Amino acid sequence: MTSRYSGLRVIKEALTGHKGWRPAWREPDPKPYYDIIIIGGGGHGLATAHYLAKIYGQSNVAVIEKGWIGGGNVGRNTTIIRSNYLLDGNEPFYEHSLKLWEGLEQDLNYNAMVSQRGIINLIHSDSQRDAYIRRGNAMRLNGADAEYLDEAAVRKEYPFLNFNDARFPIKGGLAQRRGGTVRHDAVAWGYARSADSQGVDILQNCEVTGFRIDGGVCKGVETSRGFIGAGKVGCAVAGNSGKLMSMAEMRLPIESHVLQAFVSEGLKPVLPGVITFGAGHFYVSQSDKGGLVFGGDIDGYNSYAQRGNLPVVEDVCESGMAIMPMIGRARLLRMWGGIMDMSMDGSPIIDRTHIDGLYFNGGWCYGGFKATPASGFAFAHLLALDEPHQTAKAYRFDRFATGHMIDEKGMGNQPNLH
Amino acid sequence: MLINHPLLGPRDSSEFIYLGDATLIDRPDPETASAQDWHDYAYLRDNPAGPHRELWFHEAGDRSWLVVTRNTVTHEITSVELARDVARSQGRSK
Amino acid sequence: MTQVNRLTGGQIDRESTLSFRFDGKNFSGHPGDTLASALLANGVRLMGRSFKYHRPRGLMSAGSEEPNALVELRSGARREPNTRTTTAELFDGLTARSQNRWPSLAFDVMAINDRLSRFLTAGFYYKTFMWPAAFWECVYEPIIRRAAGLGSLSMQADPDIYDKGFQHCDLLVIGAGPAGLTATLTAAHAGKQVILADEDFRMGGRLNSGRFTIDDMTGADWVTKVVAELATLPNVRLMPRTTVIGAFDHGIYGALERVSDHIAEPAPGKPRQILWRITAAKTILCAGATERPIAFENNDRPGIMLASALRSYANRWAVTPAKKVSIFTNNDDGHRTAQDLHRLGIKIAAVIDTRPDAPGSTDYEVLAGAEVANTTGRLGLTFVEVRQSDGSMRTLECGALGVSGGWNPNVHLTCHQRGRPLWNETLSAFLPGEDLPPGMHVAGAADGQFSTHGALKSGQQAARRALGLRGRPPAVPEAEDAPVTQTPFWYVAGCERAWLDQQNDVTVKDVKLSHQEGFRSVEHLKRYSTLGMATDQGKTSNLGGLAIMAELAGKPIPEVGTTIYRPPYTPVPIGALAGRSRGKNFKPVRLTPSHHWAKERGAVFVEVGNWLRAQWFPINGETHWRQSVDREVRQTRASVGVCDCTTLGKIDVQGTEAADFLNKVYCNGFAKLAVGKTRYGLMLREDGIAMDDGTAARLAEDHFVVTTTTANAAKVYQHLEFVHQCLFPDLDVQLISTTEAWAQYAVAGPNSRRLLKKIVDPAFDISNDAFPFMACGNITICNGLRARLFRISFSGELAYEIAVPSRYGDALMRRLMVEGEEFDVVPYGTEALGVMRIEKGHAAGNELNGTTTALNLGMGRMVSKKKDSIGSKLSERPGLNEAEALMAVGVQPKNAEDKITAGGHLVSADGPLDAAHDQGYVTSAAHSPTLGKMIGLAFLRNGGSRHGEVMRLASPVTDLTVEVEITSAHFVDPEGERLRA
Repeated sequence: MTSRYSGLRVIKEALTGHKGWRPAWREPDPKPYYDIIIIGGGGHGLATAHYLAKIYGQSNVAVIEKGWIGGGNVGRNTTIIRSNYLLDGNEPFYEHSLKLWEGLEQDLNYNAMVSQRGIINLIHSDSQRDAYIRRGNAMRLNGADAEYLDEAAVRKEYPFLNFNDARFPIKGGLAQRRGGTVRHDAVAWGYARSADSQGVDILQNCEVTGFRIDGGVCKGVETSRGFIGAGKVGCAVAGNSGKLMSMAEMRLPIESHVLQAFVSEGLKPVLPGVITFGAGHFYVSQSDKGGLVFGGDIDGYNSYAQRGNLPVVEDVCESGMAIMPMIGRARLLRMWGGIMDMSMDGSPIIDRTHIDGLYFNGGWCYGGFKATPASGFAFAHLLALDEPHQTAKAYRFDRFATGHMIDEKGMGNQPNLH
Repeated sequence: MLINHPLLGPRDSSEFIYLGDATLIDRPDPETASAQDWHDYAYLRDNPAGPHRELWFHEAGDRSWLVVTRNTVTHEITSVELARDVARSQGRSK
Repeated sequence: MTQVNRLTGGQIDRESTLSFRFDGKNFSGHPGDTLASALLANGVRLMGRSFKYHRPRGLMSAGSEEPNALVELRSGARREPNTRTTTAELFDGLTARSQNRWPSLAFDVMAINDRLSRFLTAGFYYKTFMWPAAFWECVYEPIIRRAAGLGSLSMQADPDIYDKGFQHCDLLVIGAGPAGLTATLTAAHAGKQVILADEDFRMGGRLNSGRFTIDDMTGADWVTKVVAELATLPNVRLMPRTTVIGAFDHGIYGALERVSDHIAEPAPGKPRQILWRITAAKTILCAGATERPIAFENNDRPGIMLASALRSYANRWAVTPAKKVSIFTNNDDGHRTAQDLHRLGIKIAAVIDTRPDAPGSTDYEVLAGAEVANTTGRLGLTFVEVRQSDGSMRTLECGALGVSGGWNPNVHLTCHQRGRPLWNETLSAFLPGEDLPPGMHVAGAADGQFSTHGALKSGQQAARRALGLRGRPPAVPEAEDAPVTQTPFWYVAGCERAWLDQQNDVTVKDVKLSHQEGFRSVEHLKRYSTLGMATDQGKTSNLGGLAIMAELAGKPIPEVGTTIYRPPYTPVPIGALAGRSRGKNFKPVRLTPSHHWAKERGAVFVEVGNWLRAQWFPINGETHWRQSVDREVRQTRASVGVCDCTTLGKIDVQGTEAADFLNKVYCNGFAKLAVGKTRYGLMLREDGIAMDDGTAARLAEDHFVVTTTTANAAKVYQHLEFVHQCLFPDLDVQLISTTEAWAQYAVAGPNSRRLLKKIVDPAFDISNDAFPFMACGNITICNGLRARLFRISFSGELAYEIAVPSRYGDALMRRLMVEGEEFDVVPYGTEALGVMRIEKGHAAGNELNGTTTALNLGMGRMVSKKKDSIGSKLSERPGLNEAEALMAVGVQPKNAEDKITAGGHLVSADGPLDAAHDQGYVTSAAHSPTLGKMIGLAFLRNGGSRHGEVMRLASPVTDLTVEVEITSAHFVDPEGERLRA
């Protein structure tokens, strides 16, 4: 259906009036039955479909989306990718994800602008330094890259940071050079186009209204476009997991919270890569269009409303000004809110449910974007083979019952603190 | 947001610290509860899209814990109670 | 230069002349001018370049919706990129620079992109630049990044002050046009507290821009009269230069007041801007409407602008972009512009009206049923090519073209709580929907009331409705009430390079391509083509793009989707959102009671949360911090040292059931703690993980003092209140944080008792027998000052903590130094404190990291099985009790010269160095002057039984690998003889 993209093709089409471009994905009608249905046409769901087709040879697959694809958190995030995690349950997974990002464009034949311009976590206290060195070492032991920078090295690379009158002076940083940013919408489109070209049906404007569960087995889904039968149903609707899974009468170790993100007006290049502040919650990068893309903490109360409130906006901007006082006259252009699945230990779940044929992927807190490829990969693995992927084997529902939490921040069972 | 504190009147929500679902009041009975009960209490949430009873702590105020009923879609607050009254009404004592 | 394009009249002060510079050239203008109007007055049409194709651009509008004429305003550290010339008030000495061009605005090398535009269509970059993979970061992306962006930052810290403020009112009126003014008058006369905010520096909205009359005066005069009256009313606050940026929950509105942007720089001590949080019981949105353009080939040349902008410039600012202009319209309002311009002596080349039945004129030519086919003029409009109703072409010479495609109500704030506007067929425009933010009403043009009379009346009605006013309303002033219909006309058929989003260079062709490639929902269209994503947020472009997509999809507009708007209404400086919380004022500073004394002593301070604590106290001759810290440790262990530990959290727990309460919050037992005794306590979270540790001292049967770590003071207090109020509401116990009420000092070392004896009043026996290890009590010192004494030790020495009311803290420290002279007393800071606690093997923040259990800490047996306490049940889960669990141990280098580092991981001495073989990590490390080498605390798998084992400590990120020996965590005095001495 779709044909390959390339520079040559762009030139050829330009010279012939762009008549040859076809839709990036079809708009099929639902079939009565699919081997696998994925609920949620976001980054994770579409990636799952792509890998199901490409790696696991499953193409009788549908992705069901209640609105338009890429309209969830893959369309509203701060575009950061990195694998700078501490715990063994997480680091191999995120490193797998980073490796998939590194080959994504060639895999998808779609330029998602994976830009490995580096990420640095700033350090402001001795105990923070200890923690970051521990984390950097854990990354290195897991085969990822990590580099500790002392204050002088940070000053040299980031001379515009506040080294003059900082309330919490910068004492160093932990850098991951392979981290960076990605053009977030393009991730959804690239996966969708690739999945579609391998036969996956992407069904937009198709809202799931219930599961058909018969004798403890999930037989398919009721949707706004009728019943669709399925051998297996995978749910990847992070943010709305609570709402969706309640249709299967499941309670989850998850709360929904709103995270705001912000972009400034376009500016000539200011920031080389991603910077995160260590004495307040703030992370920032600059998009290829020139906007400063930044964010901070979640608003902190359960929310399904895709909007936040002023105190957090102010808090985030305070942190921004604290480390980069030269952005005071840059203007905040747009702010938006996304709904996060905040889990009980800050780590995700990719697992079977107690209902046969029903599988779950969620609980991404606000780390979901960078996880997109590995999440899709692992979920596809689970759906295709009925066993967890090596990198995601810790992401089980029962880890709370057994006491094997994966708590990077050490905040315990309070989702809004992760 | 504004929270209408039962003792102090409307207060800005930034004076408060949020904890979560008010079912945290329903701590299992240590004498009788099963491991499953403890798991469910500590880890599972209804997480509704709609009215939600939740705990807020008036940290920059009178240090009351409040049970606030707030719609998680519209943020409309329909009731605010002292958590201790709620706890007592649910049979909690010592 | 002279102001060649200045007309007569206008609301400017011709008595006074202001000079300003644009791109290095000097110009003049008048008070009342914006930078835009002043540039036009001086004959400048070219003001900017577009984002992608670097097309020459001039003004499109006369307001905050401006997409094109953006400049870098001011210079030096005050440079403001992307500032709209249309809202920048002129002041004497203003400097501005055009942006996104090189080497000059008139000759921009990057304009080559325009020639290459057929290659640079919507989304082209998603299809190329993929090979070779490594080229993205090092070749393609740098080129794209350099080309992108608009203005540039100064890269200097913003020198201005931004304030924040709070206001409350019965009614907030947003927008001071005709509807806003009658709404405000109505509420004001009813005695309500009203705030009227308007983004403009002159209130009145479109009444300033037209030639409407109200009653028997001009609109502008009526505005002056009403505003003057409102200014005298004590219950009205007028806020010009104030943009309401967002509608937040529960009637809270964010508003940005530009206090000093209209002057060269803020007066000393005055803010540049103020961010207001306005809590309004009711709100009336009177934000007016924005004229919408029509897309046609090459519709973006300097000189082509919205017809209403031409009208505003002529009427309000007495300027015109050219002596000869044309108008292109699909509605009557375009004719109104032509009439106004004609009256001011501007030649109208023609009014081109798409309607075959367009009204005629005796003053100028009207081309009915005609449309603009193309335009010419490289840096400014020269000719307009018109396709007449009979299909013939005609060329009009003119320097400006006003375009009117009708009006779009400014519904933005109605959407800020995810409300959706509704399509109105009569006006072919989106009107406010029904799901408005609670308390909001809409009036005037924002509600589709486009006539002046309609706006005046709807403002009054909305105020009466919002406030529930009864009785007969006063008469609404007389004004025009022409019926308004709008027939959609979005673009001229056949056009391709016809701009919809002028800043981002999105053309009709791009929308067609988006449709062709399947990006058909409005959100896909926006994201794929970047339509509406520029600094104007699509105020003039979104609907046009949506309409074309609807036509291509064969669907009505509302079915393709509505774009809803998010805050802020117009972009807000990040500095204003941060306010004064920057630099050293980012967070409040908490000072300890001995801070001033420590400062006198030359202490080096460190940030610990919001506290500043003395880190060490250098003395003459010491050049390295280690010298100071080693000395402080040695001297303390040899004689006596004093450390301010006020920052530890202190919670007073009182009540007849205080002991029962502590029994529930600590995992170890407290019920049987005797009066006058202190006990170490470990608090678990309900999930069984260690939350905090500290001591609880029983000062009386019904009175305990609980201490927490510095970092967890607030959290523990909150937790204790939760346990009390939510879980055990009937326990007779009261809690209060007394952290700041008591100054508390550790007095440690073999001579600590001798030192204390010198200040403790004789009535209190603090001998080892009378006041043994872990004793506590209320005492008096220095002849009657009440104090609390605890015999507890973090350092491992014979030690006490003494607390006095905070106001005596400074005096007590000075007194201890004086009385301690004979013992060579030494003040010690947090570094020495840390060294001694590591030597002693005490856990602190690095060990209590939120993932460690009592078992990990070597305190597994402390968790009482005999009672229920918070966390006791969930701590029994298997994952928290594995045989190979991490256990606290000590580490020391095999070779005493070697360094060790916290954060290093432990692997076997000869095994592989990878995650699979990772066995633990070092939490804390320090040089121990007592042992003469570095030591550390670590968590090691099954560490309890591995003392003596030699392992490898690896820290790849700090290039360190050393052999270490695993030991007990208690390096100094493991039997605890010293602290019992």
